[in-house]
Amino acid sequence: MLSRTAENLYWMARLVERSENMARILDVSHRMSQLPGGEDASREWLPALVISGQHEDYERKYAGINAGHVIAYMALDPDNPSSIHSIVRAARENARAERNVLPNEVFESINTTWLEMQDIQYSRLVEWGYREFFDWVKLRSQVFSGVVGGTMLTTDAYYFTKLGMMIERADNTARLLDVKYHVLVPDEDKADEAVDYYQWGALLRALSAFKAYRMIYRDSIKPRQVVDLLVLRREFPRALHACYAQMVPILETLRAEAECTRMAGQMYARLRYDRPQDVTRRGLHRFLTDFVTRNGQISNEIARAFLFVPAD
Amino acid sequence: MGPKAPAAFDEMQKTANKVRAPYQTYSKWLKKMPEDLLSRRHAQADMLFRRIGITFAVYGEASGGERLIPFDVIPRIISRDEWKMLSRGVCQRIDALNRFIHDVYHDQEILRAGKVPTDLVLANDLFREEMKGFTPPGGVYVHIGGIDVVRTGENAFHVLEDNLRTPSGVSYMLEDREIMMRLFPDLFDTYPIAPVNHYPQELLRNLRYVAPAGRDEEPTVVLLTPGQFNSAYFEHAFLADEMGVELVQGQDLFVEDDAVYMRTIEGPRRVDVIYRRIDDDFLDPKAFRPDSALGVPGLFEAYRKGRVTLANAIGTGIADDKAIYHHVPDMIRFYLGEEPILANVETWFLKREDHRTYVLEHLAELVVKEVHGSGGYGMLVGPKSTTQEISAYRERILADPGNFIAQPTLALSTCPTFVDQGIAPRHVDLRPFVLTGEKTTVVPGGLTRVALREGSLVVNSSQGGGTKDTWVLER
Repeated sequence: MLSRTAENLYWMARLVERSENMARILDVSHRMSQLPGGEDASREWLPALVISGQHEDYERKYAGINAGHVIAYMALDPDNPSSIHSIVRAARENARAERNVLPNEVFESINTTWLEMQDIQYSRLVEWGYREFFDWVKLRSQVFSGVVGGTMLTTDAYYFTKLGMMIERADNTARLLDVKYHVLVPDEDKADEAVDYYQWGALLRALSAFKAYRMIYRDSIKPRQVVDLLVLRREFPRALHACYAQMVPILETLRAEAECTRMAGQMYARLRYDRPQDVTRRGLHRFLTDFVTRNGQISNEIARAFLFVPAD
Repeated sequence: MGPKAPAAFDEMQKTANKVRAPYQTYSKWLKKMPEDLLSRRHAQADMLFRRIGITFAVYGEASGGERLIPFDVIPRIISRDEWKMLSRGVCQRIDALNRFIHDVYHDQEILRAGKVPTDLVLANDLFREEMKGFTPPGGVYVHIGGIDVVRTGENAFHVLEDNLRTPSGVSYMLEDREIMMRLFPDLFDTYPIAPVNHYPQELLRNLRYVAPAGRDEEPTVVLLTPGQFNSAYFEHAFLADEMGVELVQGQDLFVEDDAVYMRTIEGPRRVDVIYRRIDDDFLDPKAFRPDSALGVPGLFEAYRKGRVTLANAIGTGIADDKAIYHHVPDMIRFYLGEEPILANVETWFLKREDHRTYVLEHLAELVVKEVHGSGGYGMLVGPKSTTQEISAYRERILADPGNFIAQPTLALSTCPTFVDQGIAPRHVDLRPFVLTGEKTTVVPGGLTRVALREGSLVVNSSQGGGTKDTWVLER
């Protein structure tokens, strides 16, 4: 397979996954802003901008932070390359370039998303309700991954699609989990227990993890268990562990001796054998920041191993 | 308005009541066909094309500007004898043109013999100095040629244009047939229609044949496309698929030690033959346009050293120029010692004073074109133009006469076509695709383009043209 084809498929999947997670990030902020004490818009919406890396560019366009502006910017702004609108468009371009190696249903699922996305204006979104929109974005991404799993041959094209999906999902789960760091009052003793409970709850709901949490722990929401679920639990499909459990065998199949395979395997071993206290030992925020960096390095190594970048 | 164009030859109706032989069975079938069923089939075809995604991009439209070329469900039918003559004619032409290109880049015998004016070739922008003294494998320059043929009468066929660079449209020939077989399977049971679907295999065989000598493995062929925003991208992807070769872009290839490689996930892989759908100018920023981002740096050097074959060869444009076209019949006589089977359309060169005087006096009857123009743009169709348009065009001619040629306004033949008002005659042309490898061949058929607007003579898809399946009868 051509390296460019592999790269396009990898990015197609990353971008679709990213659109879903961008909706989840906005969903967290939206849910938190509706909690008691959520009058300060910047407290809930600033983290969405920060963890998705769009804060600086946003400030260049808008003076203050309010829900309407942040959503208009992060969801619909065609000039913002990280908006859901732009991400869907880019995913569709990647898919279009590789139509001939994709089952029709895969291209059509992305193409339909893009066609519908173009009709969504801010006024329509308000009319619809933000939550409806977030659910729609998530659903379109789920349709994509369902069709990928249900129609693609499990050969190279599938492997690179899956790799992109998993590396992006791991990145996004880590970023989302970090949202608490930005929202929470750093002084743990003074933290309002009720607010804390609702905030963790909002995070779990936005990650479609609320029920999963209940089923596994049968307990009230405790930070340590949330971290356990989203980082270390293989059963939960958005957990970092679950993402790496899918990536590593694919990399072993594609190129066992490559540096990306070694690095991913090393990370996998940690996620597989670490305990919650190992994760939080030096602070959760530090762990998550390191993880996002490492995950990015692995992505770069994948690009190098499979010649995505022209060798000079 | 100028004088009326002469009545056109109808390929189905000899007279109002008499049907020409190749259409007899079909005409009876068509008469029995309820119009609403035909209309349903038409809609079905449209849906099939959309679903398969046979679209072409239109330049200048907002991103995602993809359109369908209208498809007509009524086939164009060519008899066995007509095809025999046509196919021999286009192959003869391609043979002579291949010889001509080789000659102008080597001994230039035809120039020395005074059969083609020297300055027309050597002072031409399309003449590639870089190709002098170089012979591509098998001496083949035009591996794929598209010859545009029009019909004006029972036995009157004329060549309108030779397309020797990167002719397109063959995917429509193949897909139109595919769709017709799905929509009207009964017709294919009763009619002896020559198949066309072996075209990709013939092409692949020829491309392998012209691979550089001295490589042990089976040659690796790739198709080089400018990318998904090119108007013919669908065709590129389609042909690559049908041949089972990789569809690559410039960035997928690189040159090392004068050999060409493609980047694959298993590492670099050597490439032997490139069926390129990129113009000469953009092929290699080191050799041609330095601003080209589509090409492969160093490709030309590898080509000249015989390490990779390009199809078509570089520099074939010298033979499909509108001014050179006039001399093709002489080339056939000069290189092959044969009389041309297919006639040219009479052409006047405005550079020549005697021609110019004649043309300026008869602008209202003629078609005038720019020498390097294409796609039906920038031309004057005398009989369809107003007095003001004609006098404005006259000014353009006088400003730079050497840039123009003129031809008579041909009454292109018509075929019955399914349009909004029902079935009505519309003007058509034909582009057979001629392949050259070990020998020169042409699959029986081609792309029939039809001008869907009533009375229009312009068949280009960019100007409201559609396509038809072309049937060559085997008996």
